[in-house]
Amino acid sequence: MSAILPPSNRLWWKQPIDKVEWAWIAIAFVWGMVMFVMMIYWHIYGKQNLSNETYKTTPEMFAAKAEKFIAENTIRTETEQNIPVVKVPASGEGYLIARLWAWYPILELEKGKTYKIHLSSMDYNHGFSLQPVNINIQVIPGYEHVVKMTPTKEGTYAIVCNEYCGIGHHSMLGRIYVK
Amino acid sequence: MATTYRTCPVSGLQFENNAEKLMRWNAVAGVLWMLVGGITALLVILTRWPAIKLLPAEQFYLILTAHGIDMLILWILFFEIAVLYFASSTLLRCRLAAPKIAWLGFWLMAAGGVITNVAIFQGESSVMFTSYVPMQAAWHFYLGIILVAVGALIGVGVFFGTLVVARRDKTYSGSLPLVSFGALTAAIIATFTILSGAGILVPTFLWSVGLIKEIDPQLYRMVWWGLGHSSQQINVAAHVSVWYLTAAVIFGAKPLSEKVSRFAFLLYILFLQLASAHHLLSDPGMSAEWKVLNTSYFMYFAVMASMIHGFTVPGAIEAAQRRKGYTNGLFEWLRKAPWGNPVFSGMFISLVSFGFLGGISGVVLGTEQINMLMHNTFYVPGHFHTTVVTGTTLAFMSITYLLVPVLFRREMILPKLCQIQPYLFGISMSVLGLVMMGAGTLGVSRRHWDMAFSGAPFQYEWPGAAYLMMGLTGVFGVIAVIGGALWIVLVVGSLLFGKKLDGGKVSNQPTPIPDQTQAAAAVAHGHDHVGVPGTVVLALLLFVCFVLYYFVNWKYLSEVWLLS
Repeated sequence: MSAILPPSNRLWWKQPIDKVEWAWIAIAFVWGMVMFVMMIYWHIYGKQNLSNETYKTTPEMFAAKAEKFIAENTIRTETEQNIPVVKVPASGEGYLIARLWAWYPILELEKGKTYKIHLSSMDYNHGFSLQPVNINIQVIPGYEHVVKMTPTKEGTYAIVCNEYCGIGHHSMLGRIYVK
Repeated sequence: MATTYRTCPVSGLQFENNAEKLMRWNAVAGVLWMLVGGITALLVILTRWPAIKLLPAEQFYLILTAHGIDMLILWILFFEIAVLYFASSTLLRCRLAAPKIAWLGFWLMAAGGVITNVAIFQGESSVMFTSYVPMQAAWHFYLGIILVAVGALIGVGVFFGTLVVARRDKTYSGSLPLVSFGALTAAIIATFTILSGAGILVPTFLWSVGLIKEIDPQLYRMVWWGLGHSSQQINVAAHVSVWYLTAAVIFGAKPLSEKVSRFAFLLYILFLQLASAHHLLSDPGMSAEWKVLNTSYFMYFAVMASMIHGFTVPGAIEAAQRRKGYTNGLFEWLRKAPWGNPVFSGMFISLVSFGFLGGISGVVLGTEQINMLMHNTFYVPGHFHTTVVTGTTLAFMSITYLLVPVLFRREMILPKLCQIQPYLFGISMSVLGLVMMGAGTLGVSRRHWDMAFSGAPFQYEWPGAAYLMMGLTGVFGVIAVIGGALWIVLVVGSLLFGKKLDGGKVSNQPTPIPDQTQAAAAVAHGHDHVGVPGTVVLALLLFVCFVLYYFVNWKYLSEVWLLS
């Protein structure tokens, strides 16, 4: 009779399914298809898709490229630690290092321009969390992720680390200027 | 093999001696882990509450690691092993296969749990539940988890063996009961899950003792989540089985359609393990095609399965109630349900909270592009506190009000408080999940000690609403901890001081489940069709909420920076 006993009808698979149940199954199926197609639709027509461009790298290789980028494009330094503020050039290639416990350097971007920002970590996993826009991307050591982004509004933005990376995790705050 | 069988005079359930002892020990061990998990929960909550910020950073991360391991692995796994033995030996009325080996599994799990906790509290293993490499814990942190996994795998093996025993000894005829079938689903998913866990934790253990030089951090994340997410899918299969069990015990409810419910469980087996992808949607190392196909459980077939259960469980209850004559209007069957019985109230809150909060938020969070709005924010723990806690934990809590009298033969103490507990815990935990998701939507990070970023070279001021949400998280978190503590007090108090109940007749032979003849079945099915309009309304309400919330998030996404 019930769910804790064997089905009373031994040929339960021959029992017809009620119309209402069929209707609900159909709704669930169609909704699933809508949600599936929605992701593909957004890849074709949507304007927010995470880049697939990724390369294997090492902390040393990535740091060398980033240091070259910083040396060539620094426009000033800020804070007591003299963190370089780097204006990403018109070519649009910029580098951002995640390490214990800083985002390095400060990037300066222009509204409406498209940039290719290379992200990688020197040590543990980190989380690129751009606030208050709220874009969140995992940053993994050994992987160079090239994310194409176009700022849509001027302002000063914070990069919070939102992947736990040890005792100084909460102090790992970076900055991006959009002019 | 000499053993005895006891028939419970209250429920008619038949307990085999070995299985009964193992169920008791596993359930009690689960409760003890929940005690540790609950204390750590309170400390976590009081630290993330910005007005209090109780612990220093180092202790906070240590305690948070312990909270994850003790709740997500230890409390739930021990209880699930008890559920598996119940769904096999008790429901099928047969002896438990290989009780000695089952005890070995139990002690391995217990020892592993203790070892991992020792490693955490020694302070060198604050690596969080996920322990992403290359951050390294002490070697015995991994060793303990491996032992727990081996022990659990043994428990799952004993479950499979017991199904074979029941079949061979012919203690039932026909097909498995639906609840046992659901438990079988959980056990099959568990086998996959534990093997994934071994696949990553064994190399990680070897790495921690210096035998392996390096583990690829992206590969680790993928395989680890084959353990981490799939183990939550064991929970789904297990607590859906418990929902069916509760509906059967309280209402005598039978499934609307055996075929549909079993098919939905089958979909879980086929597709749930793809969910590892949910955690990798904002990762660099996977292609968009891989993400889309896997995150949707291959075109949302497992979501469809959950939507089916979400319909058939209340539908079965409604049909049973209507047969009893509660036929007025759409919802008399629900109004006249035993809301004062914690077995039912807990189960129903679990069903509603899991469906409306946990289910919808999970699908939205698992949508490839929308994930970028929520990945690693407080939204994530908000989501899983409405799946694993109000879903699984609350379902397990509510079934305990049944198990204490029938399995432990003790009457529950303080019945008034027992009535209140599921409401106190279920509602506060649901609100907690909601406000956590609210904070996450505003960008607040998970696993983060300080919203003020003390010591950072810059300042960032979260919006005022984020602080409000975190304050509410504190308030409702504390209420939820009180609700959980009340459950522990009631259960432990009843085991120690509850009135002893008659154990019932003991026999040397199992009494098989009486064969239901075709004639009886025909009578039972002849004219028992009742409509379930109330359930249809509830299901459509769920669907409308689902669609609206889903598209609202696409709207949010369309407003952020352009990414490609």
